[in-house]
Amino acid sequence: MRHVIALLVENESGALSRIAGLFSARGYNIESLTVAPTEDPTLSRMTIVTTGSDEVIEQITKQLNKLIDTVKVTDISEAPHIERELMMVKVRATGADREEMKRLADIFRARIIDVTDTTYVIELTGNQGKLDAFLAAITPGLILETVRSGVCGIARGERILKA
Amino acid sequence: MKMTGAEIVIRSLQEEGVRFVFGYPGGAVLHIYDALFQINQAEPEREIRHVLVRHEQAAVHAADGYARATGEVGVALVTSGPGATNAVTGIATAYMDSIPVVILSGQVPTPVIGQDAFQEVDTVGITRPCVKHNFLVKSVDQLAETIKKAFHIARTGRPGPVLIDIPKDVTAQLAEFHYPKSLAMRSYNPVVKGHPGQIRKAANALLKAKRPMIYTGGGVILGNAAPELRALVKKLGYPIVQTLMGLGAFPGSDRQFLGMPGMHGTYEANMALHYCDVLLAVGARFDDRVVGNVDHFLQEPRTIIHIDVDPSSISKRVPVDIPIVGDVKAVLADLLAALEALDETPDQAALSSWWEQIEAWRARKCLAYTNSSEVIKPQFVIEKLWEVTKGEAIITSDVGQHQMWAAQYYRFDAPRRWLNSGGLGTMGVGLPYAMGAKLAFPEMPVVCVTGEASIQMCIQELSTCKQFRLPIKIVNLNNRYLGMVRQWQELFYSGRYSESYMDSLPDFAALARSYGHVGIRVDRPSDVEAALREAFTTHRDELVFLDFQIDPRENVYPMVQGGKGLTEMILGAEEL
Repeated sequence: MRHVIALLVENESGALSRIAGLFSARGYNIESLTVAPTEDPTLSRMTIVTTGSDEVIEQITKQLNKLIDTVKVTDISEAPHIERELMMVKVRATGADREEMKRLADIFRARIIDVTDTTYVIELTGNQGKLDAFLAAITPGLILETVRSGVCGIARGERILKA
Repeated sequence: MKMTGAEIVIRSLQEEGVRFVFGYPGGAVLHIYDALFQINQAEPEREIRHVLVRHEQAAVHAADGYARATGEVGVALVTSGPGATNAVTGIATAYMDSIPVVILSGQVPTPVIGQDAFQEVDTVGITRPCVKHNFLVKSVDQLAETIKKAFHIARTGRPGPVLIDIPKDVTAQLAEFHYPKSLAMRSYNPVVKGHPGQIRKAANALLKAKRPMIYTGGGVILGNAAPELRALVKKLGYPIVQTLMGLGAFPGSDRQFLGMPGMHGTYEANMALHYCDVLLAVGARFDDRVVGNVDHFLQEPRTIIHIDVDPSSISKRVPVDIPIVGDVKAVLADLLAALEALDETPDQAALSSWWEQIEAWRARKCLAYTNSSEVIKPQFVIEKLWEVTKGEAIITSDVGQHQMWAAQYYRFDAPRRWLNSGGLGTMGVGLPYAMGAKLAFPEMPVVCVTGEASIQMCIQELSTCKQFRLPIKIVNLNNRYLGMVRQWQELFYSGRYSESYMDSLPDFAALARSYGHVGIRVDRPSDVEAALREAFTTHRDELVFLDFQIDPRENVYPMVQGGKGLTEMILGAEEL
């Protein structure tokens, strides 16, 4: 089962490697990991997308909690939540493809954020499925480069992750 | 008044009440060693005694042994680069057994970190997977608080080693010294009290048991909960097994103690652990060496209550019905109170028929062995050691057959008397553990039970023992083989003894003498007791190396083979 784990950690050097090291040392899967400081600069927030049985996910959250730098851990996929991921795609945009790319970007509510005679950079935000669908819609040969941020997640409503 | 980072280190250790530091100097820690020298000279009454080991691995092992024997935090001090890498085995050993140790390592100066400087290594990176936590101190202003945090983290919750990496320039910088009186860490607040509802549930389940069993581990010793455990076991009248790490929390010579469970556990311990209907696990972690094949263990239905300070130990390998997270001492006290409050007693009829069954299992006398008048049996040596020391010595061991024989045949009646590497299984710990224990308790007999292979992994410490006059007794069960490897090769590799025979062994007695100690070689069973008595009387104040030439064919039984269930034991060679 796929799970989205959100955690707050002390914004200390080495905190990221402790978490990455935990996943590799204990053989847990890691699909994506994002990290950035929060509005409180002493705290970083991570979103980890992982897969595993219920027992494995329970161990993952316990092991994450056990790290001294970890302030809070929650499996946000246990309840209604929102996931978003940012993607930038550099595509070949010449001839008929140039117009087609523009139309496709509009359909997906993507934005073209860089333009040259021969290329576009298209920015798209959404859940993983939407991003995957966009990539699938583009003729494969036209994709020059893609970069994805990994998933960020937040719970809906009153469920709040705070230190 | 401002002082240097090096002085701050020593002053902080004083604040923590540190009496011994086990270490080895080198370039990156020279300022710290200088501060130690000067402060000790100025204030001899507050001396922090430095024990100069001969290899950094032994520094951490000795600090670890000191911690195991006393319950206090052990302290090791090593230099950067090879000093730190040599310490890693010691750190990992302490980590696997949850032993509170603070390791101070020197680091190259901050401006050259990352430039492959002389004796530079990423110590924080290398040790990260085998410490409870570690720190790199980048500024002298953080030094005192970091040391305070390190001791706090090491000794609270599930204890463990904490490393502080200190760059050389930080030890030269000046700062005001304020040692924090208290700490508030939003990210680290170990649970102490157990959930009252869970404790009540546990009390109810225990009283309803028909075939109850108590299974305890190293957590009871680490949590200083032996008195509470004894009270509970006596109150209920239930049988108890203790793991290798838990021996001594409940008296080994008490009838309610069934022995050690697991791979080399007793028949009665393993059978009772398997066939019980309510199992109370306390500070134990259902290790693979304890429950054997997990699927086989789970075939038998039972209610499991698990008390542990570390939530991640609960339901890690075996699903638990009644988890209780908390400090074992506090939870056991609350459990006792909950049992009192219930005003019920265990089902005596069920309990007495359960004990009847257990006594039938015990009647198999699984630890019986055939003694010999020709060749020394290792079990006999341990039994005699128990007699001669009246069961009151601190016993350390290395890893292998001798470790199991010591665990099986020396009955530990008190906690912190049995020091060995259970989790990591580190050969070489025995002598440095004995050093740490002897420094802590100079009046107690301290014995290192070892083998000719293990002892050679830290034998250089015989030199340290001479310098610091540590009259440890070394009981070397010398079978000329890597005994446990040989046993597995005999049983599972058709007797192909690949690299398990040690040719060209030293004359250990002569070697001990060359270090300035007493060395005695014992070849005949009839000389065993006299040699032991001589070591503890004539040579009471000297280190004595007793080199017992034992039967090289002797194996450790009972044995649960890897992958087998607890009830599928081999009780002796005749069953093969």
